[in-house]
Amino acid sequence: MSLLSVRDLTVKFAMRSQTVTALHQISFDLARGERLGIVGESGAGKSITGFALMKLLSAPGYIDSGTIQFDGTDITQAPEAQMRQIRGNRIAMVFQDPMVTLNPVLTIGQQMVETLRAHRKLSRRDAQEIALTKLREVQIAAPELRLKQYPHELSGGMRQRIIIAMALLLDPDLIIADEPTTALDVTIQADIMELLLKLCQANKVGLILITHDLGVVSQLTERTLVMYAGRIVEAGKTREIINDPQHPYTQGLINALPQQTLPGQMLKQIPGAMPVLTDIPPGCPFSPRCAFALAECRRLLPQIMQQGSSEVACHEVNRLHSDLLLEEGR
Amino acid sequence: MKDTMTAPEPPLLELRGVEKRFALDQSLLERLRFRDGRLRMDRREVHAVNNVSLTVNRGEALCVVGETGCGKSTVARLVAGLLAPSAGEVRYAGARIDNQSRRDLAPLRRRMQMIFQNPYASLNPRMTIAQALEEPVRYHNPDLAPVDVRAKVLEVMQAVGVDPSWRDRYPHEFSGGQRQRIAIARALTVDPEFIIADEPLAALDVSIQAQVLNLMLEAKVARGLTYLFITHDLSVVQHFGTRVAVLYLGTVCELADTATLFAAPKHPYTRALLSAVPQMRDGMPDHIRLKGEIPTPITLPKGCPFETRCAYADQRCRVEKPRPQQQRDGSLVACHAVEEGRVD
Repeated sequence: MSLLSVRDLTVKFAMRSQTVTALHQISFDLARGERLGIVGESGAGKSITGFALMKLLSAPGYIDSGTIQFDGTDITQAPEAQMRQIRGNRIAMVFQDPMVTLNPVLTIGQQMVETLRAHRKLSRRDAQEIALTKLREVQIAAPELRLKQYPHELSGGMRQRIIIAMALLLDPDLIIADEPTTALDVTIQADIMELLLKLCQANKVGLILITHDLGVVSQLTERTLVMYAGRIVEAGKTREIINDPQHPYTQGLINALPQQTLPGQMLKQIPGAMPVLTDIPPGCPFSPRCAFALAECRRLLPQIMQQGSSEVACHEVNRLHSDLLLEEGR
Repeated sequence: MKDTMTAPEPPLLELRGVEKRFALDQSLLERLRFRDGRLRMDRREVHAVNNVSLTVNRGEALCVVGETGCGKSTVARLVAGLLAPSAGEVRYAGARIDNQSRRDLAPLRRRMQMIFQNPYASLNPRMTIAQALEEPVRYHNPDLAPVDVRAKVLEVMQAVGVDPSWRDRYPHEFSGGQRQRIAIARALTVDPEFIIADEPLAALDVSIQAQVLNLMLEAKVARGLTYLFITHDLSVVQHFGTRVAVLYLGTVCELADTATLFAAPKHPYTRALLSAVPQMRDGMPDHIRLKGEIPTPITLPKGCPFETRCAYADQRCRVEKPRPQQQRDGSLVACHAVEEGRVD
């Protein structure tokens, strides 16, 4: 049985004049210890997905329908008291900016001990010992010293290491990491990515990695969801999505990278921009930017369907596949 | 193309031994310190840029690349005249520009324009797009008739894909990519020859980055622009730059043609930087792990700025600052280990 099973998750935001849908019937599964990437540009709904899984959406956002089965229980129905037992304990979250997660007026040690003692019956001394072990696991220099320091005394890379140590504090089953390396320099990013991968593998922790960076997804995850305008447009094995993308948006995203074009040549850009939530075009939301769009695409929303080893929501891909099937049948 | 009849043309931009230090302690009380039983006056300084020498030739796109706090934005601001260097010279088309008054710099501003990272902060929220684009044209051409100002702006708007119907709208009505397009249009309205771009893509999404980078490439070809391009993104450098300067702690550690730098990086820091870029390939690349962290620019290492994190550092590196040395393939590398052949 999978650790996490999301079915038809729909998230809406009740604005003053209208209600907008930020997530449209998202479905996916995550096996125990599996690493899943969620890729997309700003406004695609990837962070909303992360928050919804933690039930941390704040008003005016709310889960409208759908289920989130986490280890057998539907957490969309779970009361807040039960959620507090799950958050931090079974599912931990890592954000882009560690200064948002860390309390600036408490030392690192106080914050780690407080977290441990909120979930476990532990003496201060034992909690401190566990905190120290976790800091060693994230390979921080002088861990004893760090426990006594305040967040502002540490560098960005060190803070992110501490956040990862805190995420691992209660041996969770799942870590949701929302752009964990985006604010870091590349040399630090490479270290943090390597650390995250090693720790997830060693402790059999599942990972949902939310990012816009295809390189990061490629190196850390086994499966990937590509999101566009609040929908999953492509899902499958990371390697296959990177090497053989099916959806025109995924193709466009990969082809737009500078390394896909010879130096000095024009990049293969996707025209236009992601639609805003209040103004989603009819039919396929990508159709106004898509080179393959036909009348059907502008009218009918494509359903996500199995195509080979990936799932794709695209009329054009469906057309190609049915043509192929016809030819094979002849 | 070299004209043998005349003297060689000076580079469009030249930095000679430029330094920039920022005073950390401003007030008298902050500067008073009690040490060895005595009160002393002490002044701490951030050494943002240290002895940087660069040239940018006409038609080039020189990329300055480096990590947070390496001084790359300070270099851009020094060149644009927004900051005055603490030492050294900035020369533009052969003439010194760092010691001139605002008034004397005005004609130069027309030839040199800047594009900033944050398109949300660089457009005045209370000005319509037309006002924002027309203002620089009117400022630099006070004799131009309003009709001609509008015509000039319209021409640029069409060239960079700013819809003329946006004229009377305000910046908040546009997305980040559209705003950056407007900011580029504003820079181009005065027909500059030189563009200083400080991380113009960093705030944009991947598909929008490609649009804006294409726009800058187009403008380079169509208008013969020269760029000083500040970025942390190595894939953008590889695509856009003709030459690259790698900055570490305010010092140029390697300067080379883009193709040479990516094919054969020499400085240990450049190598670490290139190896750390996440690739869309199978598995983790074996990136070069640097020990420790970037030292503070308040107290610089005595020798090579990279010495504290470098795997090749020895006694000489700890005491003597390396000088840029010309390599066989034309690149400049400031490293004792490279000079002594200790880096393979």
